[in-house]
Amino acid sequence: MNTLAPVLEALTVLIAEDSAADLLLLSTIVRRQGHQVLTARNGQEAVEVFTRERPQLVLMDALMPVMDGFEAARQIKQLAGEALVPIIFLTSLRESEALAQCLDAGGDDFLAKPYNQIILAAKINAMDRLRRLQATVLQQRDLIARHNDYLLHEQRVAKAVFDKVAHSGCINAAPNIRYVQSPYALFNGDLLLAAYTPSGDMHVLLGDFTGHGLPAAVGAMPLAEVFYGMTAKGYGLAQTLREMNAKLKRILPVDMFCCATLLCLSAQRRVVEVWNGGMPDGYVHDVATGRRTPLVSRHLPLGVLAAEAFDDRTEVWPMALGDRVFLLSDGVLDTADAYEQLFGAERLQQVFAANREPDRLFEDIERALAGFRGEVRDDISMVEITLLAGQPLRSQGALYSDSGQLSPLDWSVSFEFRAESLKRYNPLPYLLQLLLEIHGLREQSGALYSVMAELYSNALEHGVLGLDSRLKRNAQGFADYYRLRNERLAQLDSGHVRVHVHVLPTAAGGCLTLRIEDSGPGFDVEKVLARPLDVDRLSGRGLSLVRQLSSDVRWSDGGRSVCVEFSWEALA
Amino acid sequence: MAEIHLDPDVLLGLQEVMESEYPKLLDTFLDDSQKRVEALRKARDDAKALGRIAHSFKGSSGNLGAVRLAQLCQQLEDRSAEKAVTGLEGLVDQIDHEFALVKPLYERERGRFQA
Repeated sequence: MNTLAPVLEALTVLIAEDSAADLLLLSTIVRRQGHQVLTARNGQEAVEVFTRERPQLVLMDALMPVMDGFEAARQIKQLAGEALVPIIFLTSLRESEALAQCLDAGGDDFLAKPYNQIILAAKINAMDRLRRLQATVLQQRDLIARHNDYLLHEQRVAKAVFDKVAHSGCINAAPNIRYVQSPYALFNGDLLLAAYTPSGDMHVLLGDFTGHGLPAAVGAMPLAEVFYGMTAKGYGLAQTLREMNAKLKRILPVDMFCCATLLCLSAQRRVVEVWNGGMPDGYVHDVATGRRTPLVSRHLPLGVLAAEAFDDRTEVWPMALGDRVFLLSDGVLDTADAYEQLFGAERLQQVFAANREPDRLFEDIERALAGFRGEVRDDISMVEITLLAGQPLRSQGALYSDSGQLSPLDWSVSFEFRAESLKRYNPLPYLLQLLLEIHGLREQSGALYSVMAELYSNALEHGVLGLDSRLKRNAQGFADYYRLRNERLAQLDSGHVRVHVHVLPTAAGGCLTLRIEDSGPGFDVEKVLARPLDVDRLSGRGLSLVRQLSSDVRWSDGGRSVCVEFSWEALA
Repeated sequence: MAEIHLDPDVLLGLQEVMESEYPKLLDTFLDDSQKRVEALRKARDDAKALGRIAHSFKGSSGNLGAVRLAQLCQQLEDRSAEKAVTGLEGLVDQIDHEFALVKPLYERERGRFQA
């Protein structure tokens, strides 16, 4: 009769039984099956032994003095917590009610008297398998929970870092930006950046990296760094785009890239300059006419093309004060309903058409999306920028940490930029950095940059390229102007722009003389200056701005040479 | 069906399981049963107590192969739980009698082994 089921692993088994003969018999059987046995003569003792010794399995008589098996089973199950400690009731109870009572108390199985040792061994083994299954499940659950905690922690840390980077610009501070971004949009690859240029223009980038999760977010860091760094130094969209593209191309794996729309909004010049690579159409909303001009993607995303093949050409659209630019991520258009139908651009247009309060456009879109899908997605980014007048020009004092004692105050330098350079190089950021070596000028860096930018683009566009600013009198002419500008610049093979810088110390502090010459035909200075100053006209804004911002403006050489002065007082 | 007082196959099985502990098991059973018989006599008028003792006694006598004794205990346990409690005393007497009958059989079995 020695046909016992093989023991998987020696267990510690608690036997609670008030009948001495039964206890002796059962202990011997269980011990012979290879297990270690603990005994108790009543329920109270069983709970005590369990607390002390933590056996892995319990054989429990139902009816015992002091404390019966039902109560003891309840207490032991509670003490065991999540671990499965199987309890097998030893019973000759026959009534189903009594058996149900055993189950209610937490019993896992029954063993009827008289004992059959083969059945007992099989039951112990079966219960042991269950017990270990439960232990494995708990272990894996805890492991998964630990991994999950770890991942969440990493994501929180990463999000905090990314938030700091992504929101270090003016996205939250600027009064004219409204945006909606789900909290974890960044981890869906969406990136929204905004910053002021030295002249007070605003650069805005809405990007969408391929992929999801942390891999989609890592590219955000270098992209943001380039964006903020180059915007603050006065680089234009073209250079910034080239740098961003080159950086992403270099660091991202081949299957990763970044769809992006980059904007430059200029309240001074009343224009928006746009580059869209792979993003859904944005819109310029002409509030007066209600017309929405789409900002269409004309390029491959950032990080795809090699530097030689990258196309940095931008489009320029006129804007009136109060007009709005609206950008969105593909999460909006790709929102799918229960039948896998996409929300799409047409439904977006319907929302535009139905929108009565421009300030509630986001809410209208979100409501339409929620109605379409039945729930809100968490990878939706929308941003709207209103063109507002009077953005104050910012000094960039905070960027410098030196004391100014070492400022050079008595020097001159001249540059000549010829055709090949004019085509691809923007010297303004370099010139600005150079001039800001002079501590006294830093307070006026915004004005200095604006004036320099205006005079340089006049020299290039009206002088070297021979473009007539009167073209820009209406929207069509405006577009023609920028098309012509691109064409002529691409074909340029002669001509130059010279920049002469003279810095002299004065009794009060110092004085900067900036002379800019071009190789163009010149213009009738008297006549142009005599034109009425019309702030709503698209052309002619530049000169009035220059005259506002610098203390002295003089033309010579038939309009081919212009000279401005900036002076400053010595610092206390 | 003839009444079985002691099932010899059960004893054979127990001897195999218990090995050297077999005599001790017999001693323990005899000692335990003696106490239960006395407890039953004392509890004659307490149906609840009778039921409890009978339940326990039924278990151990069943395990030790005292088939008839286990049956009588079962009857006592069942009857003590009924609403109209009758004939308990007669059953207690029968159990008393049955134990007196099997006790020498167990003692003889025990006698086959040294103390």
